[in-house]
Amino acid sequence: MQITNILEYLEDTVRKIPEKTAFSCEEHSLTFTQLYNESRSVGSFLADKGFYGKPVVVFMKKTPRAVSAFLGVIYAGCFYVALDEEMPRHRIELIIGTINAEAVICDDATSELIKEYGYGGDVYLYNDIAFSEADEAALASVRDRQTDTDPIYAVFTSGSTGVPKGVLACHRSVIDYIENLSQVLGFDGDTVYGNQAPFYFDAALKEIIPTMKFGATTHIIPKSLFMFPIKLVEFLNEHKINTLCWAASALTMISSFRTFEKIVPEYVKRVIFVGEVFPIKQLNMWKAVLPDALYVNLYGPTETTGVCCYYKVDREFGLDETLPVGRPFHNTSIILLNDDNTATPYGETGEICVKGTCLTLGYYNNPEKTRESFIQNPLNSMYPETIYKTGDLGRYNDRGELCYVSRKDYQIKHMGHRIELGEIEVVVNMHKGIKTNCCIFDDVKKKIVLYYTGDATRAEVAAFTKEKLPRYMFPNVIIQLENMPYTPNGKIDRVTLKNNYFEGK
Amino acid sequence: MEKLLEILEGLHPEVDFEIADDLIDAKIFDSFDIVTLVAEINAEFDVAIPAEELIPENFNSAEAIWELIQRLDEE
Repeated sequence: MQITNILEYLEDTVRKIPEKTAFSCEEHSLTFTQLYNESRSVGSFLADKGFYGKPVVVFMKKTPRAVSAFLGVIYAGCFYVALDEEMPRHRIELIIGTINAEAVICDDATSELIKEYGYGGDVYLYNDIAFSEADEAALASVRDRQTDTDPIYAVFTSGSTGVPKGVLACHRSVIDYIENLSQVLGFDGDTVYGNQAPFYFDAALKEIIPTMKFGATTHIIPKSLFMFPIKLVEFLNEHKINTLCWAASALTMISSFRTFEKIVPEYVKRVIFVGEVFPIKQLNMWKAVLPDALYVNLYGPTETTGVCCYYKVDREFGLDETLPVGRPFHNTSIILLNDDNTATPYGETGEICVKGTCLTLGYYNNPEKTRESFIQNPLNSMYPETIYKTGDLGRYNDRGELCYVSRKDYQIKHMGHRIELGEIEVVVNMHKGIKTNCCIFDDVKKKIVLYYTGDATRAEVAAFTKEKLPRYMFPNVIIQLENMPYTPNGKIDRVTLKNNYFEGK
Repeated sequence: MEKLLEILEGLHPEVDFEIADDLIDAKIFDSFDIVTLVAEINAEFDVAIPAEELIPENFNSAEAIWELIQRLDEE
């Protein structure tokens, strides 16, 4: 019978290979038995407290125990919201406020931090709740009430109004995603993942869930290694890592420093890139040292549970070409729509829309934004059929492969993250010394450029953004202007700013 | 050195690079900064920093970075 709860993956695996390492990091590692016991203990605790169907924040360092906290939340029939100690306070408060959290699970490192934030709910220390006997009756009762359309996590993405949106995914969409992804990428019990993606994004699910499904192993790579490519490759070799599902920028970091002249990954057989376009020049360097590896480009927004399309690199590309997005996973379908909601003729450019089980439930506590993006398929007036409008423009090439063209709006992809430039502008505007500001994106050098007018110094603006925004949203260049250029109808003239920028003015 | 300080100030206007000596250890720099910095050093000083020089010791202070540039320039 088809599974209806992602925890069944773990429950099946723990019976077969109880003593194998599931997750490891610098500090500790967990076998499947430990993962199973600790997550059921956390789940029992939350269930006994009466939490069900509610958001539970997991505010822990990125370790295997954070994973068992996530699973514990799911065992209680709740959904988790992962926060990271490196997130700025402002964003954490926004997220906690948006979901109106009543319970937060902390570790020793974060339990002090949370006290300083504007949060008045319960705080539980992982170590206090993860090592008790599981309450079998309570867990069985939760499982009995659950359906596969119940949510299991909320992932927050950038929102143009300055408030991040919580994308809510359920068991069924995650199962659909993992089953189809695993088939395409050939994951199995011998897979050894080197995790790069932060846990507060759905990108990490590519490793976390298949690790449970196949009884594989995930090594969490220390973040600092991504500054030092030789040490990073040494880490991959030491842990016999064979599968990389990384942001393209992380892969580029290794190849662009000519690391391969000194050291080569010895075990890697799958190189999967997500989040942004992987430059052909860099791809070719990887292919030169690992000619037999599988190279796959993944595409898709968080709203379609992880990713929805893939392209297996099957030919050579010129340096001026970009990799296609490819085709949808099994059980997912892509529709291209024009602005007037008619079907885009084959070969022309239209908005990429997605349908299928992969669709998430929508945005938590935000029916308005949900209605804007999760809409009735305009090509079908006969029965309810929801599609998700990605805001990405795409078209099919001569080979029938879907290709990404550009965004419809001011959303950008930067360091593997999806960012609304408007969100940065809203935050910068909160500074007293700022009159006006506007962000543009230098898509050649991949820099966020902030223009502003006002009395604030550049150092003040920089310090302010660092307090309020996640790292990947910091402006890389800050330029103070006497006067902001405007268009005739009174909007900030982004085109002039961009032209001036590229002309070096 | 002045040109280098200018590049560093562009990356982190809030840091006093004349004093700071724990740029890596205090997590002021992250991988994005390092990648940007290496590219700008390459463009400004025509010095390519090889992977084996990408170690924490070479990037903890402006002075250390400057020494690295000079050393690579002489080679």
